[in-house]
Amino acid sequence: MSALGRRIVAWLPAVVVLVGVIALWEGLIRAFDVQAFLLPKPSEIARTLWDTRHELWTAGWFTFQEALGGFLLGSGLAILVALVLARWRILGMALLPFAIAANAIPIIAFAPITNTWFSPLNKSSKIVIAAILCFFPVLVNTLRGLTSVNPRALELMHSYAAGQAEIFRRVRIPTALPFIFTGLKVATVLAMIGAVVGEYFGGALNALGVLILTRARVFQFDEAWAGIVVACLLGLVLYVAVAIVERLTLRWLPSTSE
Amino acid sequence: MSVVLIKDVTKRFGETTALQGIDLVVEPGEFVSLIGPSGCGKSTLLRIIGDLIQPTTGTATVNGKTARQARMDRDYGIVFQDAVLYDWRTVVKNIALPLELASWDRRRRAAKVKEMLELVELTGFENHYPWQLSGGMQQRVSIARALSFDPALLLMDEPFGALDEMTRERLNMELLQIWQASGSTVVFVTHSIAEAVFLSTRVVVMSPRPGRISNMISIDLPQPRTATTREDAHFFELVTEVREALHLGHDLERAPA
Repeated sequence: MSALGRRIVAWLPAVVVLVGVIALWEGLIRAFDVQAFLLPKPSEIARTLWDTRHELWTAGWFTFQEALGGFLLGSGLAILVALVLARWRILGMALLPFAIAANAIPIIAFAPITNTWFSPLNKSSKIVIAAILCFFPVLVNTLRGLTSVNPRALELMHSYAAGQAEIFRRVRIPTALPFIFTGLKVATVLAMIGAVVGEYFGGALNALGVLILTRARVFQFDEAWAGIVVACLLGLVLYVAVAIVERLTLRWLPSTSE
Repeated sequence: MSVVLIKDVTKRFGETTALQGIDLVVEPGEFVSLIGPSGCGKSTLLRIIGDLIQPTTGTATVNGKTARQARMDRDYGIVFQDAVLYDWRTVVKNIALPLELASWDRRRRAAKVKEMLELVELTGFENHYPWQLSGGMQQRVSIARALSFDPALLLMDEPFGALDEMTRERLNMELLQIWQASGSTVVFVTHSIAEAVFLSTRVVVMSPRPGRISNMISIDLPQPRTATTREDAHFFELVTEVREALHLGHDLERAPA
């Protein structure tokens, strides 16, 4: 069987489940005559998706930019801070407990605050929330990766008279990469949540979160659901993009090579 | 000039005395094995020679320099029980790593790596990743990497301890050939009496609590050694001699001080 054929077979069960769930959803709503404001039929959501595609696309793109900006800013900063904390261990020991504690804070609760710091209409207010959400999981994972190096591997580097910069570049960072990608994948999901939920607390009219909220308020549930579907798809796009970069970067791992 | 000169070295870890009153001289071209039961400090002694840890008292001199200076000058290559290959580097890139750190240019690196691959018989596996190799092959890469920058001294910490008997004997032969071809000096830590006798020009017997040198036995088997060396009557005499020295060290430990 060709590689493509094997891949299709590997995906087949998931596709069957997806189609099955949608068919069941459609069937149950028709059978029990569920009101559209409780749960619209998938076929109605699909139709609305198509009918309002221009509006959804504009809103989705706007919110996606916020999520992407927050993801890049938060993750980038987290990796830099992790490098500093791993290099000067005393700093790490002083600050890591606070990072872990901060990770437990429901950061999304600060969305109304960032909305006042920056204007709610400004993308920055959502970018900041998304960035803070992304920051901690990436920081904690990266730091764990940078410090979980085999001590023998470090001794070898010492025996080659390697300095700290070389040890980071050639041993610590490559060792940390699988951990970093785990953190980044968590962060993609959080970035989208941060952007959309941030908009629930007020945002530009052409933002996805605002669209979902206003449509739900006026009982246009099919449109609200269409917005939710777009939010899911955009979150997935971000996740898959990171997963692809991971695959390309970690070719040397047995689990990621064909 | 002696390659290794250990003078009255003591090493304590907290309350435990890992090494006490160690004096050891290794001359150029020697193959010296450190043998002894667990806890006799043989790996600790190897790490002191390599400046991976510092002695509590006493001095370690390598090639007439402090152990630290010798490390900074890349005077020794080290091989551990685990191959400790860098998973994200292919065989070629693992072997080339010390050369990259020593700023060899690309062409010189490639030539040296090719030579090393031939030496450890891994030609054809250039672009394999470590997980694609067997344990014996991984250890051969590790040895090639340790020898790639022509260190005067090779430090080996039970390098074949995790391998099966067949692979171990084959790698013993290969190591002897490499040693003779390169003319380097080897300090070799092992648990195996037969391995120590077969490989060494001298066996240093150590005993535990506190770790110390209890005997030194010259191995005067003719060079080069071959598979038949292991069947030589004198080989068995020497194995017996080392075994008795080990037991003596053990009995000393039990005797009231």
